[in-house]
Amino acid sequence: MNFPSKLIEDAVHEISLLPGIGKKTALRLVLHLLKQSENHTENLTHALNKLRKEIRYCEQCHHISETQICQICTGVKRDKSIICVVEDIPDVMAIENTGQYSGLYHVLGGILSPIHGIGPEQLKIDSLEKRILETNADQKVREVILALPSTMEGDTTAFYITRKLKPLNIKLSTIARGIPIGGELEFTDEVTLGRSILTRVNYSLD
Amino acid sequence: MYLKNILLNQFKNHAKVQFDFSPEINCFLGINGSGKTNLLDAIHYLCLTKSAFNAQDSQNIQHEGSFFSIKGEFERNDKTMAVHCVLEEGKKKQLSLNGKAYERMSDHIGLIPVVLIAPDDTTLIRDGSEERRKFFDSMLCQLDKKYLQQLIQYQHALKQRNALIKAFNEQAYFDKLQIEPYDRQLVKLAKEIFKARDAFNESFEPKLQEHYGTISGDRERVKIHYESDCRDEGFEAIFLNNHKKDILLKRTGLGIHKDDYRFEIDGHPIKKFGSQGQQKSFVIALKLAQFQSFLDNKKEKPILLLDDVFDKLDDLRISKLMGLVAKGDFGQIFMTDARPERSKNILDDIPADKSFFEIQPTLILD
Ligand SMILES: [Zn+2]
Repeated sequence: MNFPSKLIEDAVHEISLLPGIGKKTALRLVLHLLKQSENHTENLTHALNKLRKEIRYCEQCHHISETQICQICTGVKRDKSIICVVEDIPDVMAIENTGQYSGLYHVLGGILSPIHGIGPEQLKIDSLEKRILETNADQKVREVILALPSTMEGDTTAFYITRKLKPLNIKLSTIARGIPIGGELEFTDEVTLGRSILTRVNYSLD
Repeated sequence: MYLKNILLNQFKNHAKVQFDFSPEINCFLGINGSGKTNLLDAIHYLCLTKSAFNAQDSQNIQHEGSFFSIKGEFERNDKTMAVHCVLEEGKKKQLSLNGKAYERMSDHIGLIPVVLIAPDDTTLIRDGSEERRKFFDSMLCQLDKKYLQQLIQYQHALKQRNALIKAFNEQAYFDKLQIEPYDRQLVKLAKEIFKARDAFNESFEPKLQEHYGTISGDRERVKIHYESDCRDEGFEAIFLNNHKKDILLKRTGLGIHKDDYRFEIDGHPIKKFGSQGQQKSFVIALKLAQFQSFLDNKKEKPILLLDDVFDKLDDLRISKLMGLVAKGDFGQIFMTDARPERSKNILDDIPADKSFFEIQPTLILD
């Protein structure tokens, strides 16, 4: 694609790096921005800059948070004896939307995939182990629910975490697989997801 | 089941062409370079979602084009199945059946069985084991959905395991916990895949022997030895004991991805001891046995693609093959030939509905 100006070309390039956006769509967005008032673009860039600079992650569960510890982790009504382990932030949002779960979360930040160079060190697995070990006696973790995708990578990650947590003698369960094979939590409808969390089953490797 | 028509857009050298086909014999005639083999390949796409000749989909887009599109309508028991395959440059290939897009390409495999006999087929004998595995896997995948899924899973797990092993090697460490899930999956899948391949070979061999006799007129004994690491009772233990060697070589050294099929004629490897004629007969017999396997399993004749066989085979084998055509052993056939007179002469005696298509590059340009 040839552009009439380097300014347009640069903007199109940056926007087309976003997932799901090709050069054509990027160009449409750029031209749209140019037609709006200058204020509009300033607000947009301001919001994005502020987002990047000020976003925080919960030090305990690694969910997005504006405070050191997130609202879920500090919520008085949450059951602090259950931790639901998920791949990423959209999964927390999906499970929260079901309204069926009142425990805590642990966001891994991905799943194991050697092809993509993702090993245990790239994920928040050590932090999960530590978190379970360090909780005080009055709010001891009783159960860890593995709510990972039902793909080979999801299964491998579940397997690895299970082996890691085994010495801690804790109840491990996995969400019931009413979820379609290869389906990711984020896209599973709320009713199915809510039900599968309630009817979770014991996780065992044999 | 047969293909009623096809519409190509910017596929290889064809800007835009459309054909209506005979349910029996169809012959694409044209000089070399006219793109007649590309028409067979387009049909192959509709059946198996990919090219028979070029694994790079994007290379099948017409020169300077931005996409290709292949549309065809198959007729089965008075029902029409419209298959549409589109590849836009830089995007994922799309396949739809009756207007509904497939989520997974592999869901289409097996719906429309096809057998291709092409001149380069002796690579099956001459080349490495990968060609032979591909040939048998393609058959098994079309016949057995479970096998197809297991093979996809195996290949995926293998890729992950190899990446992990490479990382172990390069970063000089080893973590048994990390490799264990892949070991378990691979061993489990390898055992299943081995069983399926072994059982299939048992049923395939008698068909091969029969068709070898038909096509060559000879009485040599032909055999296929299916060789696999999994044949060993202790495969699992051996596999799990191989970590050190795997890491040293940076790949998984044992498993069904190393299987081979050894072709023999009268007890000798045909690769070394078979004459050219014997090798050609053997390959055609393989393809005819493939045809037979589809027919036996699906109770339906697959579509048969014959690429340039009149040019590549001698008179004896042509007459044997055409004998089968005349007997009505096949269903719908598509063939190519650079010499129209020869095809017309050979097919003249065969009592079947025939359509001839003159493929001329200048006429089919838009
Ligand atoms: Zn938190």
